[in-house]
Amino acid sequence: MKWIKTILREIYGLFVDDGAFALAILIWLGLIGWIISRLDLSPAIVALIFFAGLALILIESTARYARRKR
Amino acid sequence: MDIGWAHTGTSIVASFLASLVECVEALTVILAVGSVRGWRSALVGAATAIAVLLIIVTALGTALTRIPLPIIQFVVGTLLLLFGLRWLRKAILRSAGLIPLHDEEAAFAKNSEAMRNLGTGRTAWDKIAFAAAFNITMLEGTEVVFIVIAIGAGRTGTLFPASLGAVAALLTVIAFGLILHRPLARVPENTLKFIVGVLLSAFGTFWVGEGMHLAWPADDWSILALIAAYLAIALVMVPLCRSQSKSSAPIGERS
Repeated sequence: MKWIKTILREIYGLFVDDGAFALAILIWLGLIGWIISRLDLSPAIVALIFFAGLALILIESTARYARRKR
Repeated sequence: MDIGWAHTGTSIVASFLASLVECVEALTVILAVGSVRGWRSALVGAATAIAVLLIIVTALGTALTRIPLPIIQFVVGTLLLLFGLRWLRKAILRSAGLIPLHDEEAAFAKNSEAMRNLGTGRTAWDKIAFAAAFNITMLEGTEVVFIVIAIGAGRTGTLFPASLGAVAALLTVIAFGLILHRPLARVPENTLKFIVGVLLSAFGTFWVGEGMHLAWPADDWSILALIAAYLAIALVMVPLCRSQSKSSAPIGERS
């Protein structure tokens, strides 16, 4: 059964190594869901906002890591 | 149904490259196990794991067809986003020299040493060799299965191209393993992870958007724009992270 635990741990590790980074992505998905349901914006605009948010999360997370390594 | 080259082509390439990375890692351990403890048990262990994985894939593939597509797109897209962006982030940091590169030769030496420390195993049936080969094949194989499902399940008709890419990667690695009999140390793993991270992040973004009924400009072709955008961001971030790190750390402290 130990190998099942190892595989489950590895699968979790596939998606998460920096908890804050993974959490920021999930929060952003939730926010986009909220924007779609509450605000009357064009779906194409929301799609672009969605991508821009993900790009910002990636940029901020890598830059933060680089700053920490100073 | 014409799903377009934007999907089939990128599905095959993304699946092939991502699976290649995982297969190379599995091959390193199987070579270490086989060369130290004997090939028979190691190869039977790897083959058994592949058989188990095929059963899982068949079961999952059947189950996936019963779930509405938008739900699959959203769930798989979310997992793909977490997976792809994590790979891309790590590849950027590795390219910037902030995280050490993966060394297959070092991994081979470490695994060989570990196998030697477990005692002699040159008998007809070596449980340790079987278990070690089975475990690593299951481990890396599960990741390949996830990659194939994540890339292929988001749209009708892309599961086959994604599977094709993974099978091609497996056959490529087996062929090199048979020819070389040593780890594939020269595979530019970080470059592969960089490219795959870009591709998977683009797929994930696209499918989560589809799952949430967002309207991508230019429909399916938006996936190519997303690939270009993520690639541009990643290429800009590498020197930026490197310069941030260099600005204060003494050269002797960097690896």
